[in-house]
Amino acid sequence: MNISYMYSLIAVIVLFLLAYVGVNFPGGEVFFGIIIPYLALIIFILGFINRVIDWARSPVPFRIPTTCGQQKTLPWIKSANIDNPTTTGGVVVRMILEVVFLRSLFRNTKCELKEGDKISYEWEKWLWLFSLTFHWAFFTVLFRHLRLFTEPVPACVELLAKLDGFLQIGMPGLMLSGVALLAAVTFLFLRRILIPQVKYISLGSDYFPLFLIFGIAFTGILMRYFTKVDIVGVKEFTMSLVTLNPHVIKGIGGVFYVHLFFVSVLLAYFPFSKLMHLGGIFMSPTRNLANNSRAKRHVNPWNYPVKIHTYDAYEDEFREKMVEVGLPVEKMIAPETPEEPEEKE
Amino acid sequence: MPNKKQMYDKGKVVIGLCILVALMTFPFWYNLGKAAPAPEPKLSEKAKAAKECVMPKAYMTSGHMQLLNEWRDTVVRDAKRIYTNPSGKKFNMSLSNTCLDCHVEKAEFCDKCHNYASVTPYCWDCHIDPKEAK
Repeated sequence: MNISYMYSLIAVIVLFLLAYVGVNFPGGEVFFGIIIPYLALIIFILGFINRVIDWARSPVPFRIPTTCGQQKTLPWIKSANIDNPTTTGGVVVRMILEVVFLRSLFRNTKCELKEGDKISYEWEKWLWLFSLTFHWAFFTVLFRHLRLFTEPVPACVELLAKLDGFLQIGMPGLMLSGVALLAAVTFLFLRRILIPQVKYISLGSDYFPLFLIFGIAFTGILMRYFTKVDIVGVKEFTMSLVTLNPHVIKGIGGVFYVHLFFVSVLLAYFPFSKLMHLGGIFMSPTRNLANNSRAKRHVNPWNYPVKIHTYDAYEDEFREKMVEVGLPVEKMIAPETPEEPEEKE
Repeated sequence: MPNKKQMYDKGKVVIGLCILVALMTFPFWYNLGKAAPAPEPKLSEKAKAAKECVMPKAYMTSGHMQLLNEWRDTVVRDAKRIYTNPSGKKFNMSLSNTCLDCHVEKAEFCDKCHNYASVTPYCWDCHIDPKEAK
């Protein structure tokens, strides 16, 4: 039994019980429905800003982009302008591809010993595929939830919901993103426990967000398709939160509060966890720097001022003595002006 | 030593953080100054007189779509039109003839909550609201 994931699983189960049982206590609905979500949002925003500013204060002494193609060089050598960008434009394209399509993960390879001792590198695309599914599904689910936080609902949210449910399976219509999210998070979890090397390096902080997100997706799906929740009541409640006029709506049910509590925990946990790669991706020097150190001079930001003594000044100081011992000088002493060599500092 | 107070690329970082805060608080400023009261579906006189729908109100508010879906499948696939609810009352399984018979005005009843919760059921792709059809 692996301690890392057992602890994370127990933590999520405890959180579930905390919200499910706690909401029945007097004041529980106010606590789990109003205080915790507001607090979580504040922690998320302040924590996120704090973390990013901390990163922004770390100097990057020199350019360290990972280069995956030919650097810009002589005009007749074709250069990889995105994989080895030398301009800001190239960097922007590279960042967009990275953020939107997880491009560097696409290059993921698997190293294995085959037929005894033959080492082989194989293109391993499943992690990329499921990660991409996971991120896009999560985004879609998140974006669809705007319908509960806006009135009137923007047309783009309605359009996305329509696309998401275009298969028109069952009633209420099945949203593909929910299924995709649950499937992808399951894959990402199984990958961690089934591949021995990955299991070895996986920590509680890797499993906890996975369980938590699984819990969020699970309770959401449970409410939508199975236990049912009064959606108009839910929206009345969420709208009261975002119009800063919070009040509890009776009879929304325990599962809803579990869902809300999980999301709040995720938000509050976010700035202190590996999930900060949301901000970190934009701050990675290996991605966001142009590889132009041969074209531009980048000065190490912590260079302290160095006292320099140029050769010109040196010769001015010692010209007389140099001439005396017969060393070559660049500026000969003018024969009729004896006051010049007396320049001393 | 590096000066820990200094931020590098301050302009870009601040813009990025502003975007984050703007996105995270989007619902707050989008709804600013707008009152969005929860809709009150209007019950027609006939519905009020009947007191109870096919199922209890709590079930109907959250589960009516499932019931309708079952009705559709039973009618279309098994050609059975009579539904008996748990208290033994019989209903003709028909959206236009049973549901809309009591809940006369679709715009005042169905649409109110559906618009509020931003759901667009495809019932009306095939069925017609006799009043709107005119």
